[in-house]
Amino acid sequence: MRLITHNMLQCHVKNCNDNNFPLRLEEVEVELIEADFQPEFLQNIVGKLEWPAFVNTAVQLGNTSLPATIPDNAKDNEEFLKVLHSALLETHVQQGKMVCPNCSHVYPIKDGIPNMLLAEHEI
Amino acid sequence: MIPTPDLSHLNSKDFRNIYEPAEDTFLLLDALEQDQDELRALHPSICLELGSGSGCVTTFLGSLLKPSLAYMVTTDINPHAAIATMATGRKNGISIDTVETSLVQGLLPRMRHSIDVLCFNPPYAVTPSSEIAGNGIEVSWAGGIDGREVIDATLPFVKELLSEKGIFYLLLVSDNKPDEVVRLLQEDGFNAHICLQRLAGREKQLIVKVTRRT
Repeated sequence: MRLITHNMLQCHVKNCNDNNFPLRLEEVEVELIEADFQPEFLQNIVGKLEWPAFVNTAVQLGNTSLPATIPDNAKDNEEFLKVLHSALLETHVQQGKMVCPNCSHVYPIKDGIPNMLLAEHEI
Repeated sequence: MIPTPDLSHLNSKDFRNIYEPAEDTFLLLDALEQDQDELRALHPSICLELGSGSGCVTTFLGSLLKPSLAYMVTTDINPHAAIATMATGRKNGISIDTVETSLVQGLLPRMRHSIDVLCFNPPYAVTPSSEIAGNGIEVSWAGGIDGREVIDATLPFVKELLSEKGIFYLLLVSDNKPDEVVRLLQEDGFNAHICLQRLAGREKQLIVKVTRRT
């Protein structure tokens, strides 16, 4: 699971509606896997991210290279796009768990696959 | 010609647990290939496939869009399928993230109105409703009454997921009453039409293409 996917996942336990994003990463194994740098893609996707959640998650994983806000010149700022690329697309969470900050529900991550399934009574 | 994804890393044992690409899969690939110019011109940033099985469709779409890059993400309730999808992407040089979940659970509201290409080859076979529950290979085909139960459960999400410019490709068979599905989507405010159809044995398979009305 790349961090871009983590940025898209939200707790969906029944009646858990507030403060349920982003899911907190715990006991994770992270792997850095090189990927082709594609500035155009990054320029398009950056607006679809929940930026503060993304920055906080990167910091949880020890990556402090991202700025607190998206720079005004993001589209032409190659240095920014490179740190974004590395955090968003090259950082893979292979094992661990995601914990809802509100209801503490645990979603496991195994072999790079997050499991968002809930038991019948939790839906 | 866009190459059919290399699935040589999967064997007959894998296909006991996951759906093996068949005529329906290839019809969906053909619909994407038929629209390749339109899809490239769309510059999609997020492509989502529901119930990706072997990962054949999303891998093909990723190859079609090359050298452009899109965020390819899939879901499947079957853990074997989730693993296979990731492996098929890797084998063919396409980065895919897979979420083990039912349809889109956990992906909304974050993915609201952000999917540029949505693909779904649903469980469309007419079966008793009781066969729909589960997470094994049977959920890749069991569709309940008219083969429509999972399809009908998915349709309300299309409005939630599709971006302004988004395109949804849905595979159906004649048992699913496709004209009725098209009408339901049109009533929901979409442009929907059958863009490709083919006979596979006795079964007529078709692709419904859906866009937002502009």
